[in-house]
Amino acid sequence: MLNIALPKGRLGEKVYAMFAKAGFECPELLEPGRKLIFDNEDLGVRYFWVKPSDVAIYVERGAADIGVAGKDILLEYRPDVYELLDLKVGKCRMAVAAPNGFRDDMNRTLRVATKFSRIARDYYTSVGRDIDIIHLNGSIEIAPILGLSDVIVDIVETGTTLKENNLSVIEEIVPISARLIANKSGFKFRTEQIERLTDGLGKEVLQA
Amino acid sequence: MQIDDSVMTRQERISFMLRSLYSGHGYERYRMSKFEEYDLYSRNKDFLFSDGVITFTDTTGRLMALKPDVTLSIVKNRKDTPGTLQKLYYHENVYRVSAAADGFREQTQVGLECMGEVNDTCIAEVLRLAVESLRLCSAEFVLEISHLGILNAFVDAIAPDEKVKQAILDCAGQKNLHGISGICRENHLAEGAGNALIRLLSLYGTPRTVMPKIRELAEEYGAGEMAAQLGRAVAGFTGSDLENKILIDFSATGDLRYYNGVAFKGFISGIPGSVLSGGQYDKLMRKMGRKDRAIGFAVFLDMLERLTEEETDRA
Repeated sequence: MLNIALPKGRLGEKVYAMFAKAGFECPELLEPGRKLIFDNEDLGVRYFWVKPSDVAIYVERGAADIGVAGKDILLEYRPDVYELLDLKVGKCRMAVAAPNGFRDDMNRTLRVATKFSRIARDYYTSVGRDIDIIHLNGSIEIAPILGLSDVIVDIVETGTTLKENNLSVIEEIVPISARLIANKSGFKFRTEQIERLTDGLGKEVLQA
Repeated sequence: MQIDDSVMTRQERISFMLRSLYSGHGYERYRMSKFEEYDLYSRNKDFLFSDGVITFTDTTGRLMALKPDVTLSIVKNRKDTPGTLQKLYYHENVYRVSAAADGFREQTQVGLECMGEVNDTCIAEVLRLAVESLRLCSAEFVLEISHLGILNAFVDAIAPDEKVKQAILDCAGQKNLHGISGICRENHLAEGAGNALIRLLSLYGTPRTVMPKIRELAEEYGAGEMAAQLGRAVAGFTGSDLENKILIDFSATGDLRYYNGVAFKGFISGIPGSVLSGGQYDKLMRKMGRKDRAIGFAVFLDMLERLTEEETDRA
């Protein structure tokens, strides 16, 4: 049985449609209800919905052979997994945003609020800027408004939330999209099935 | 007195079987102290599996460390033996930072090292013992083998810059082919060389199926002799009952500052990470002032905790 961890939510549903088109369907998955694990024994696949940020953990620890995780999660937690394909969905960008009109005072340590401490630290190390990381778990946008931080490092999709809070992107760090990931050991023992899925998804990505 | 082996844990039984396997092939037990001077590890930090070493000051004021690695201690404490081959095995605990434990963890390893005149026969024997080690643990296993010299030749052809080269190697270790294309595009690097590396990484399978293509591709990048060496190292498996257990896979990477030549990792079905890791480390030997060549591997016994009795019995 090939165990597949999908992220709960809109992205997961979009990705499942791609998996189904590649020949790995499991119609029960889209039925309403609270069930979290779905089998299609004929095709030898088992899907389960998990919190998007947990997909990489399920895959790295072998509970899932493959899964779909955002590049932001892979960069932040660096799980020891294979990254087989860029699915080119769930596209957004990791960016630095600041209150409109912000000017960086290089004489002061820059206070950075973020959920993505490692990405922020790596980025500012690469540009040689001394920073103070303020790790938050949500509502990052209000940190500079309340004077908790100078800037934020966060995922930006449309930029609407930033605009509504008088913030704007001042630097783009890295583009983000959903990636197909595989457990390194699981890949060795289910190579044929995983390759077939990767090839099918790869064709869909090219056609999109 | 007869020892009742039912009182042993699975790992203990496997460790005795491994020690017996290695000593049966002429390997001598190497014993070492639990401690080393911290300086050894601070000078070779990148060789270690994890950051962080447990340190303490001994009675003479020296800064000591609980060993996080076995190979460094063996290399440090042993002299070159020109013209001979020294075959050693060990059963030791190491102390490493474990992401899973969110702190330090004691880990048990059984492994072997060959130092001195390491030739094709020796490399083939080490690979064979790696496979036999996996077979003692489970019937469902795979040994993936790559050659870091070949990988290095391909990456060198793409990027002279060390930082970019490392980013490409990281992608290679993740089978992240789109990442390699992206790095080549962003840095305006040679597209042909990038595509060649992608072709190399896409070639995984048994030696019989992929070696002819690897030889052909390696010739183009001046790595023909290294491909021939890899071919000789795995030739003994072709036609044997182990043929399907051996996979050539260039995503088995290692730090090129220490490792060279053949590199390999062992996997067992149902265990999420590699349970065995090894390779040639002539570069580490040079870095530590030794002229001898070297190859070795370690079996991570703690990883075997999740194996069921049934799987071990089938092995």
